[in-house]
Amino acid sequence: MPRIFAYIAHKGGVADDSAAELAAVAKKIDAAATLTAVVMGWGAELDSVCNAVRGSYAEVWKIANESLVYPNAELVRKALVKVLPAGGVVLVTHEHFGIDLAPGLSIKLKAAFVSDVLEIEGVEDAQLKVVRQEFGGQVSAHVRCDISSGAVVTIRPGAFKPLESTPVSGSVNDKSADVGVLTASRRYLQTMVAESGDVDITKHNVLVSIGRGIQEKDNVAIAQELADAMGGALSCSRPVVDAKWLDKSRQVGSSGKTVKPKVYLACGISGAFQHLVGIKGNPFIVAINKNPKAPIFQVADVGIVDDLLEFLPELTNKIREMHGVSAK
Amino acid sequence: MEILVCARRVPDTSENEITLNSAGNDIERDELVYSVNEPDNYAVEEALQIAARIGGNVTVVTVGGEDDEEILRREMAMGANHGVLITDEAFSGSDGLGIATILKAFVEKGNYDLILTGVQAEDGGAQVGGMLAAMLDYPFASLVNSIEVLEGRKLKISREIAGGDKEMNEIDLPCVLSIQTGINEPRYVGMRGIRAVASVPIPTYGASELAVDPRSVGGAAARVKRVDYFLPALGKGAEMLEGSREEVIDRLVGLVAAKGGLK
Repeated sequence: MPRIFAYIAHKGGVADDSAAELAAVAKKIDAAATLTAVVMGWGAELDSVCNAVRGSYAEVWKIANESLVYPNAELVRKALVKVLPAGGVVLVTHEHFGIDLAPGLSIKLKAAFVSDVLEIEGVEDAQLKVVRQEFGGQVSAHVRCDISSGAVVTIRPGAFKPLESTPVSGSVNDKSADVGVLTASRRYLQTMVAESGDVDITKHNVLVSIGRGIQEKDNVAIAQELADAMGGALSCSRPVVDAKWLDKSRQVGSSGKTVKPKVYLACGISGAFQHLVGIKGNPFIVAINKNPKAPIFQVADVGIVDDLLEFLPELTNKIREMHGVSAK
Repeated sequence: MEILVCARRVPDTSENEITLNSAGNDIERDELVYSVNEPDNYAVEEALQIAARIGGNVTVVTVGGEDDEEILRREMAMGANHGVLITDEAFSGSDGLGIATILKAFVEKGNYDLILTGVQAEDGGAQVGGMLAAMLDYPFASLVNSIEVLEGRKLKISREIAGGDKEMNEIDLPCVLSIQTGINEPRYVGMRGIRAVASVPIPTYGASELAVDPRSVGGAAARVKRVDYFLPALGKGAEMLEGSREEVIDRLVGLVAAKGGLK
């Protein structure tokens, strides 16, 4: 079996939650593997990250380099290519940084590449057997990846139960000297924090959330009326923002807001992973969709197969009646 | 600026429900509606807007078969100057690395300042752009949601990161960018526009024109292979409310009220 390495994302001296998930993935690939975490960055916070992952990894490679004070994927890739041996399996979390880093890393390491892995089904004849999703999660696929000359594998965050840390702490090896000077033709400038918008959907207990199924801009008002009648707020999934029907501040999901309502009405939302990760706190989820096979019905508490444009106004009228407001 | 956009024709998930076929090993491909992969369409629009601002040409390329020509014509109807179809039996079954290898050979025949892809295909791995950039030794950025052209062969770009925040970067040309949806509002293409480009010849390139070793691409060289599609065993799943709409609404209102969802 090849050696297994995990690239550890971290921020403010704290390792990302995915660090222990990648350790779990590595154990699923090879239960006997000696796991190596690669931690890159600069300053005192680097040491706290290295210490934090010693419980999950037998070996921690620390790479301190002033140019890595912000994780620029091009610089990180160059540093990894200098320290990683050929033929290893490299695990990276599938989020915005991993999407930036991993495909190019696989080229430079001459390794195979498979992305956004949800499940590991084992290794057979140097073939890593994994599960991925396609078409927004409507179907899953069994995929085989030849790891005989190494592989870079990106892992969906939250898909694997984190490995519990052991009382035996791994050793920290400083590999900084192997890296040397790094230069990039892409330079980080700054991070622009998202604007908060007119309504803060993270503070509402009831969210009426609309997706592509709302069909056109003029129909957004139908959902707003329902949200008003319920005393909640209107939120949405990505396609509604892409179409400019609602402001980005209303978007729930990995590239939008993380919400914690008590009740979440998913209206015409298919239920792609990128949307679902934005819903926390185990709310009561109602899914209304005309497609009975929409993935949203797998995670909802209650499902209704119906036409939104007819169903929502009737629901609004019913709630108004209950509140003693005459139906329009 | 010479801009190349790499695009793909994929089953359109806004028009189709993707389901398994009766054999249970592939998606049901009968009567699927295909269209240009959504982020790729945003990439073409972005290329057109850059060319309109500072001058230049937009070429759209796809690796596929005859059927894929329709998306090239669609993007030409939007305003792309050229469409190119890369097609060869030897390319069939290529994995992401194979597609990037083929595109690299095409890029090297031209003189492009900027190469755009969509961030991910419906059935893809968000991989070809990053691979292509590394093969060409060009800088790369993914999830790009704004582009500003600077003096001195540089761009200022933003990337979409967690929580809707934007990571601002400066990147040297030539480079490869993967474009996120929502970066712009792609223009509408009517039948009339498509008819206007219906007879424009679309050049095709195969393995010999591109000097690609057929053994380095295609199914035989692929290290990553999809074995089959399946539907995962469902969790508990939703309790489906059935009956007349009135009955459904009555039950729903009761359930939601019990959860504190009605004031």
